[in-house]
Amino acid sequence: MFKKRINIFTGYFGSGKTEVSVNYALRMAEAGYKTAIADFDIVNPYFRTADVKDFLSDRGIWVVLPVYANTNVDVPALSGEVNALFQKKDYKVVLDVGGDDLGARAVSRYRNEIVQDDYELFFVINTKRPLTETADEICEVIASIENSARMKVTKLVNNTNLLSETHADIIREGFNIVREVSDRLNIPIAFTSGMRESLAGFRPEKGDILIMDKMIKLPWEE
Amino acid sequence: MGEKLLMKGNEVIAEAAIRAGCRYYFGYPITPQTEIMHYIAKKFPSIGGTFIQAESEVAAINMVYGAAAAGARVMTSSSSPGISLKQEGLSYIAGAELPAVIVNIVRCGPGLGGILPSQGDYFQAVKGGGHGDYKMVVLAPSSIQELYELTVEAFNIADRYRIAVMIMGDGTLGQMMETVEFRDREEIEEADKSWAVTGTRMEREHNVITSIYIDPEVLEDLNNRLQAKYRIIEQREVRVETYNCDGADIIVSAFGTVARIVKNVIRMAEKEGIRVGLIRPITLWPFPTETFRKYAEVPAAFLSVELNAGQMVEDVRLAVNGKREVYFYGRTGGMIPTQKEILDKIREIYKNSR
Repeated sequence: MFKKRINIFTGYFGSGKTEVSVNYALRMAEAGYKTAIADFDIVNPYFRTADVKDFLSDRGIWVVLPVYANTNVDVPALSGEVNALFQKKDYKVVLDVGGDDLGARAVSRYRNEIVQDDYELFFVINTKRPLTETADEICEVIASIENSARMKVTKLVNNTNLLSETHADIIREGFNIVREVSDRLNIPIAFTSGMRESLAGFRPEKGDILIMDKMIKLPWEE
Repeated sequence: MGEKLLMKGNEVIAEAAIRAGCRYYFGYPITPQTEIMHYIAKKFPSIGGTFIQAESEVAAINMVYGAAAAGARVMTSSSSPGISLKQEGLSYIAGAELPAVIVNIVRCGPGLGGILPSQGDYFQAVKGGGHGDYKMVVLAPSSIQELYELTVEAFNIADRYRIAVMIMGDGTLGQMMETVEFRDREEIEEADKSWAVTGTRMEREHNVITSIYIDPEVLEDLNNRLQAKYRIIEQREVRVETYNCDGADIIVSAFGTVARIVKNVIRMAEKEGIRVGLIRPITLWPFPTETFRKYAEVPAAFLSVELNAGQMVEDVRLAVNGKREVYFYGRTGGMIPTQKEILDKIREIYKNSR
């Protein structure tokens, strides 16, 4: 965990990239690294890194948001501040990228900066999402995201969950599908992520575990 | 029941429509509902559906009119400014008595407003945003599971009464993710569509679908028939959830996702010794007037909580008919009332009533 300097999280729409990105950044900061997180999501209008900006800032994390995130302006524009992330080499960086090939297009803008740096391109998988339930479907989405990002996925993340109804068997079921994708495409599994209570009793045969706290909340989950 | 999946509200609407036998969709993209058409565009080619991204919302609603006139199960979706553009078509659909499903994932207004959640289109939906005396059935789900079930039901209701049915949710409902469990098979009601314009094959008289009536007596007959149909719908199709109302001091009314915030507030108020009930209209039209009448003599008062400047509160007042005060609390601009704000309002009403 936390080996590379630039950590890019891509995935199918709604696979849990933001929750994983935010928790990854928090754990990285807790491990003592100078940490930055950038919201690259140009797809989702709601429920994004910007929701937890203050929480992250309070923990010393440098948060880079699109200029209009969580406002009423429907313009998906990234901040110029993103350029600074590639120059301040003392920081470890998390990039939370929007879903699907559409979202991945935003990160392709920085391809030249990224490939010259020390980076990992994660692909987050939740096999309980429609259209990424099987290895075939997942391989298809990976191909379209790689095409759009103009970079290859280097690590897989098993984030299989049904929110609060998740338990170890569901995570294991997802893990087996992710492992099939891993074998087929020869991409290693970086880690399995989940909430503390849902991970109880799950031991992955490959990769680490990222224990998460629920950060992105609905109005009645305050 | 089938397997559980984790889905976004907008995706569930699209999936439910497909399961309900909808094979025609016409729309124009707008935040925060575009995932509906995105999902349908991906799925329709493999199941023989027809998806058209129309040149405008006006074009899309008229394509809906055409497909409905031919007897198809058809849907369009949009968000507030786009729904305003569809109003003329909705009035024509009502006049021509065509079944259709319209989805409004509501954002802030007026005007271009903003992309954040709102319930500001209540009046437009239930009082007739288009011209003339007409009604649409308006369904207001509060969870992803209910959104699925009501979307399927919307197609059945539309066919049953030859009426437009609107699924209305605030932006949160469209964008949020929850688990959903699909049925193995949907209950698709058989509807008589002998009125559809599908060609006579020289075997019958022409069917005519129109909303223009030159003779005033004939037009009044149509209006009388529509009104009689609306009275039947008012008797048969009211859906409402009541929660904790028996023995309550105060009754809160809220629809859609706001009702979920209110349910938490009810638990918080209970700890302070204030008993609060909830009436959640699931059909905004027909409005659950009888349920409000039943509880009209609640000891303290009513409170309507909405993501607008006070719209459903007027229907609550009509139903309560002056028997108790009906207060209002709402936020606009995309702001969502917090549990604390609602609880403070309840405390204030409770204190003043004693």
